[in-house]
Amino acid sequence: MSGKTFFIDLTKCTACRGCQVACKQWHKLPAEATKQLGTHQNPQDLSFTTYKLVRFKEIEDKGGGLRWLFFPEQCRHCVEPPCKAVADGYDERAIIRDELTGAVIYTEFTKALKDLEPTELCPFNIPRKDSVSGIWGKCDMCLDRVHNGLKPACVQSCPTGAMNFGERDDMLALAEKSLEAAKKRFPKAEMANVDDVRVVVLCAYPPADYYEFLMADAGPNVAPMTRKAMLAMLTRPFRQS
Amino acid sequence: MTNHWIDLKNSDCILMMGSNPAENHPISFKWVMRAKEAGATLIHVDPRFTRTTTKCDIFTRIRSGSDIAVLGGLIKYILDNDLYFKDYVLNYTNAAFIVGKDYTFKDGLFAGFDEKALSYDRSKWAFELDENGVPKRDLTLKDPRCVMQVMKQHYDRYTLDNVSRIAGTPKEDLVKFYKAYAATGKPDKAGTIMYAMGWTQHSVGVQNIRAMCLVQLLLGNMGVAGGGVNALRGESNVQGSTDQGLLYHILPGYIGTPEAKWQTLEEYNKANTPVTKDPMSVNWWQNRPKYFASLLKSMWLDDEPATAYSFLPKLESSSAAKYSWLVLFDEMLKGSFKGFFAWGMNPACSGANAEKTREALSKLDWMVNVNIFENETGSFWKGPGMDPAQIKTEVFFLPCAVSIEKEGSITNSGRLMQWRYAGPKPLGDTKPDGDIIYELMNAIRGLYKEYGGAYPDPILKLNWDIASDHAFDPHKVAKLINGFYTKDVTIGDKTYKKGDQVAAFPALQADGSTCSGNWVYCGSYTADGNKAAKRDKTQTEMQERIGLYPNWAWAWPVNRRIIYNRASVDKTGKPFAPEKPVIAWEGGKWVGDVVDGGGDPGAKHPFIMTKDGFGQLFGPGRVDGPLPEYYEPLECPVDKHPFSSRLHNPTALQFAAEQKAVCDPRYPFVGTTYRVTEHWQTGLMTRNTPWLIEAEPQIFCELSPDLAKVRGIGNGDKVIVESQRGKIWAMAIVTPRIKPFTVMGQLVHQVGLPWHYGWSFPKDGGDSANILTPAVGDPNTGIPETKAFMVNVTKA
Repeated sequence: MSGKTFFIDLTKCTACRGCQVACKQWHKLPAEATKQLGTHQNPQDLSFTTYKLVRFKEIEDKGGGLRWLFFPEQCRHCVEPPCKAVADGYDERAIIRDELTGAVIYTEFTKALKDLEPTELCPFNIPRKDSVSGIWGKCDMCLDRVHNGLKPACVQSCPTGAMNFGERDDMLALAEKSLEAAKKRFPKAEMANVDDVRVVVLCAYPPADYYEFLMADAGPNVAPMTRKAMLAMLTRPFRQS
Repeated sequence: MTNHWIDLKNSDCILMMGSNPAENHPISFKWVMRAKEAGATLIHVDPRFTRTTTKCDIFTRIRSGSDIAVLGGLIKYILDNDLYFKDYVLNYTNAAFIVGKDYTFKDGLFAGFDEKALSYDRSKWAFELDENGVPKRDLTLKDPRCVMQVMKQHYDRYTLDNVSRIAGTPKEDLVKFYKAYAATGKPDKAGTIMYAMGWTQHSVGVQNIRAMCLVQLLLGNMGVAGGGVNALRGESNVQGSTDQGLLYHILPGYIGTPEAKWQTLEEYNKANTPVTKDPMSVNWWQNRPKYFASLLKSMWLDDEPATAYSFLPKLESSSAAKYSWLVLFDEMLKGSFKGFFAWGMNPACSGANAEKTREALSKLDWMVNVNIFENETGSFWKGPGMDPAQIKTEVFFLPCAVSIEKEGSITNSGRLMQWRYAGPKPLGDTKPDGDIIYELMNAIRGLYKEYGGAYPDPILKLNWDIASDHAFDPHKVAKLINGFYTKDVTIGDKTYKKGDQVAAFPALQADGSTCSGNWVYCGSYTADGNKAAKRDKTQTEMQERIGLYPNWAWAWPVNRRIIYNRASVDKTGKPFAPEKPVIAWEGGKWVGDVVDGGGDPGAKHPFIMTKDGFGQLFGPGRVDGPLPEYYEPLECPVDKHPFSSRLHNPTALQFAAEQKAVCDPRYPFVGTTYRVTEHWQTGLMTRNTPWLIEAEPQIFCELSPDLAKVRGIGNGDKVIVESQRGKIWAMAIVTPRIKPFTVMGQLVHQVGLPWHYGWSFPKDGGDSANILTPAVGDPNTGIPETKAFMVNVTKA
């Protein structure tokens, strides 16, 4: 399999949030009105205007240990995207895949998916719908940058080497090497999804410690067509290609 | 930094203490993580578990302000367990010097203390000299008055029990830290310290850093790759502004500001030029008269240096109690002066005891506020508690260009001077600071020309050739800072023409034949061009091993990347750490970095900026003692020192009107202030950046679940934080990352707040945490003690 892949090494993430801000800057996304709610994580969740979010989680272990875990979250750009399988049932133009990179791209036609919940589209609970237009949004792999030989904005801004991006084979090799190194300090280190996604995440601790949706089953058969999608396909308007 | 950013990767053990680099110097973590990948141990010593802590192998939690106790314990641990680098300590530090008979240390006080003046007579701390006037040394280190023995005795009181009781840190956590760091005392191992305002902003700020200098000298960590004492500067060009004499007590190039008692240049030079009788001591400051004359010449090109000296204003005293920041605002409050420039600053939020500062601003006749945004300083008159009708201060706001809109150099923490080109054009009619200063001075000169004045010469004779086509010219200024010949000169067999750039500071002269706006930058802009603009990554194989990159921009002094690098080799010029050599003597010459001091191996003592040439374990130069001693912050939760009857630094800068909470039940909790990644300083730029205010929208107060329970505070609740000086609201972050301490048997809670916010915007962001902090400070520098003070916290 060719195309591009991200490798996110959580053992190196310092939650500086350069990636979160760079994403908004490149995409000219507006800031959300937030409040300090007792956590450094802000915004509280992904949204139609927040594609990249660093999640913060404090875990007190038995025996007094304390872990403060960070997870820069974004679309995983699944190899066989379950969201596309669902969306195709509504409108084949809604979600497309970029051939060169493998990026999963949402278009304005996602407004056809308006009766769905994020988890019905995505096992990682990523995409979010604009309440006004009904269009769905998420990370686009900075496709405009990548097609012009640049790295995605989030990767460009990362000071520590937590965010990496490149040819899939290179990234998988780097991930293997990094996992081996990480295991010396974190014996339970593991890679969340590898084969099914284009965002490979190296976790120092069990993935669910970071965030319930960090790892998910994203294999080709994960999204058998829902009844809603089936219905949508049957009723969708005939379109000349 | 004695070293530089990339050099962090060479370290075997990185101590982060008094700093939170992952959050406040995020790019540093590029190199910290490289070191970690190569096997380095990362240690964080801090009151709080921060984003930095998450990447560290060892976390030692200490109460805010207890640093010298903890470091004193480390010094004792190194000495008790014989872990110091013996050859280095003997040959390169003053461990073998004999301290004079007048020196004593009793119960928290050094010899020479004047109880009335609250200051020391430092002559009591002098070394004993031999018949030639060279300090006596006992190479057996057994003389009871040799520095090693004096130091051993001094730190004998810093037992694990004492340190643990006062810092509130379990003994095993101290030992874990001590053991890991002391392991860098092996000749080929290097440990480094990354510190910031967590060390400086205390009434013992300078001594915090001195304590670490002792550790680094004992372990042989100075001058080596991956070592050094490294100040993480809080702004991209703070190093540059310090070099250029931004502070009251120094002129450009660390030349002490003249005092009134030295009326002539000759008197100044006599009092300020160190003399050594040791032929092996380079004693670099013996050159100060040349550098000062060249500086004077750069300012008054047509006058002799002695005349130019008479033009300079003189201080009544260079004591921090006379002209430093806190004193400035204290005097402003008393109405001592009428006008004030707030230039690129926001003192209404950044200064300690912010309400005092804001009130002081109301005593002015006029204020000029130069900034890229309107701020709480320029708008103080409409701030909380102010009645605009009652305020006479006239405020002029001059919006200025942003850094990226200007050409010029910045000097980073690693002393690296990098040239930057102008990006976008300044917005509207905003102007670069250089142009504002240029036009301002032109107007002043015009007025003097027209109307005369009390003393026009310094103004009218000033070398004001800093512009081209009526605009500030950064190249002209950079060339002047480097310096040039003021007349045709022949030195040895070489002749230099008037106007030729000086190649490096050894060529500067005391007779007025050279000028240089800042001797440490001499060599940066020469006949070879503007070296700060160099972007060449080539390096030798040896340089590549430690990432020296000598052709990338230019570092002061003379492009030396690691200061005191002569201490990285033995007396034959062989590197102590052969895998990470900084310099080496090969084939009859030095290779690697630019060697400190020159000459053959073993010919010179390595610490060339000290008079005697040795690293100063015992340092008689500071106003509050030759050895760091633990004192409580001026506001503290205890009324007794565990091992002396002097609770506080007896020489600390303080003001009669400033009340202090010591063991005061109204203010039971230790407070501290800090920054977060997402905001910068008083937040002027970052509060105006929507994506950053989205990430950290409001002032918060971090507190432990235990304290939250005591006060009935829930996570995310609004709380009131109050000190002797004022109160503010903040949003509570209740987190296990904050824990109470057991200090002298008592449970002591700690809280912390960021100081990035201000009342003017965003509307619900909160006000400055400096409303809480005390206007007291370090006696050497006058820096305020904003990192340890006492507060109360209640649910709003």
